Amino acid sequence: MSRILVFANQEGDVLSSGAKEALAFGSRLASTTGGEVRSITLGPFAEAGAKEAIASGASIAYTITNPLLAEYDIELFVNSIHTVFEQSGAEILILSFDKIGKDLVGRLAARNGASAITEVVDYTANSDKISWIRPIYGDKAFGEYTTTREKVVVGIRKKSQDVNVPDETNKGEIIEVDYAPSEEMIVSKLVVKIQAALSDIRLEDARIIIAGGRGLGGSEGFTDLQVLANVLGGTVGASRAACDAGWVPSNLQVGQTGAVVAPDLYIAVGISGASQHLAGITNAKSVVAINTDPEAPIFKRANIGVIADYKTVIQALTEKLKKVLV
Amino acid sequence: MHIVVCLKQVLDPEITPKYFKIDPETNRPDNSDSDLVLDSFAENALELAIQLRDKVPGATVTALCLGDDQSEEVLKRALAFTANAAVRVWDEDWEDLDGQAVGHILAQTIKSLGGAQLVLTGYQASDIEEGLVGPVMAEELGIPCVTLVSDLEVEENRAKATVEVEGGYAVVSVPSPAVFTIISSESNVPRLPKVKDIRLARSKPIVLLESEDLNLDTERCQPGVKLERAYVLNREVACDVLPGEDGAELADKLAERLLALKIL
Repeated sequence: MSRILVFANQEGDVLSSGAKEALAFGSRLASTTGGEVRSITLGPFAEAGAKEAIASGASIAYTITNPLLAEYDIELFVNSIHTVFEQSGAEILILSFDKIGKDLVGRLAARNGASAITEVVDYTANSDKISWIRPIYGDKAFGEYTTTREKVVVGIRKKSQDVNVPDETNKGEIIEVDYAPSEEMIVSKLVVKIQAALSDIRLEDARIIIAGGRGLGGSEGFTDLQVLANVLGGTVGASRAACDAGWVPSNLQVGQTGAVVAPDLYIAVGISGASQHLAGITNAKSVVAINTDPEAPIFKRANIGVIADYKTVIQALTEKLKKVLV
Repeated sequence: MHIVVCLKQVLDPEITPKYFKIDPETNRPDNSDSDLVLDSFAENALELAIQLRDKVPGATVTALCLGDDQSEEVLKRALAFTANAAVRVWDEDWEDLDGQAVGHILAQTIKSLGGAQLVLTGYQASDIEEGLVGPVMAEELGIPCVTLVSDLEVEENRAKATVEVEGGYAVVSVPSPAVFTIISSESNVPRLPKVKDIRLARSKPIVLLESEDLNLDTERCQPGVKLERAYVLNREVACDVLPGEDGAELADKLAERLLALKIL
């Protein structure tokens, strides 16, 4: 028996993709251990989130519908989730190790005296012991961890879980928790927030990604990639090296920092394949590498390789596909 | 203004996967032939710390590293970056610390150094990639933590951080002292230390602190997780390299292959 609490973050009134993964992981774990899943959603749309969580397997859905929780604030969220974690009597708190999760896991575990384990992708469980499985050393190895404390906070690696198909007939109870976070708790002030336009395809959600790296030699090469992306209905990504060089904005970065992606097709152009980049494309279905260096590590991950200067290939490829597809 | 930057020495993450082995006895990499390096995000944090110091008159940077004597290399590197002081904290009993235990020890070390207005650390080291030390230190020190920071600006009693958020980035202002976990960006690309600074660094002292020098909680120095088993993962894919050298010809072949995938 294990009592599992899942923090399900929302984007507007719907659960985030990370939240859906955390709920799927929690439900799967509960079915193995004979436990139950409860959820916690925060903010004015918490009830809509709670209903979604119940459809994804939660039997009790805690909500704190306080309007202060409309926008993410680390202190308010840590205090709120900590309160529910304590009150629920749960032993396992699961959340997505997305950008918000990276703020929360360590703080919640330290505050609760719980163990913390992050980037978890799987588990093995027998009657009284759960081992948490996660990649280590830039995805070169897997580690199986047990925990030493009564409670544990678990961060689930993004894009590592198949999400549940929601079942609207699931029954569950929604409990509004009597907890009022206050404005005095807030310490950080938002100065400005710059987000990609809604019309842009988010890297995380993209089916087709054309990504460029150091081999492009400058920002001009990305224009060629963008033209190809437009023809394919895909979006452009970049390696850390290309972002750090200032050729493209950092929100295009694919890798462990930046976006962890799982497209059907990933075309890596002039990307050598540093381990932190490869860790971001673990779940890409087909990978094509175009690179002048046949020894580049990207060819160890790619299904199809082209050893050539990208300039001679990309434009010709774009023309060719334009004729067929457009 | 006192800036503490926490550094970690890691196995070179770019080691070729086929040479990467795990010793089944210790569950650790069998890395006798490979290099230990300063973690790359920690190096970005170090660069940023030095840049901030140079903008604020009278500011100092202390480089802090938890590790055995081998890890003095990363502190020497920090001194070559012109860090003002270097502190290594170590105890032979600390074998299998996790991010939480390290966070506790570093927080107590920072207290014993008289505190800091800014605590910088890499956001996630490339070996175990827990991403816990920064947030745990902040919780232990009772100060804010901002994660995924690409740039920092110091203001009167506050700091303004550029942070990565879902779908974009934001600038947030937090009161100092605070902890910041740093990612790479255009503005914190590590410098190449000057030969003169490398030479000077060799003669600068590295202060060693041990557990009895610190006010540690025995319980919190115990790791919360235990690595039971580690095994190498073979992700190598048989890459089908398209034959030929002519770009247009290769593009034709590639187009055919892509269309055959039935994704487009």
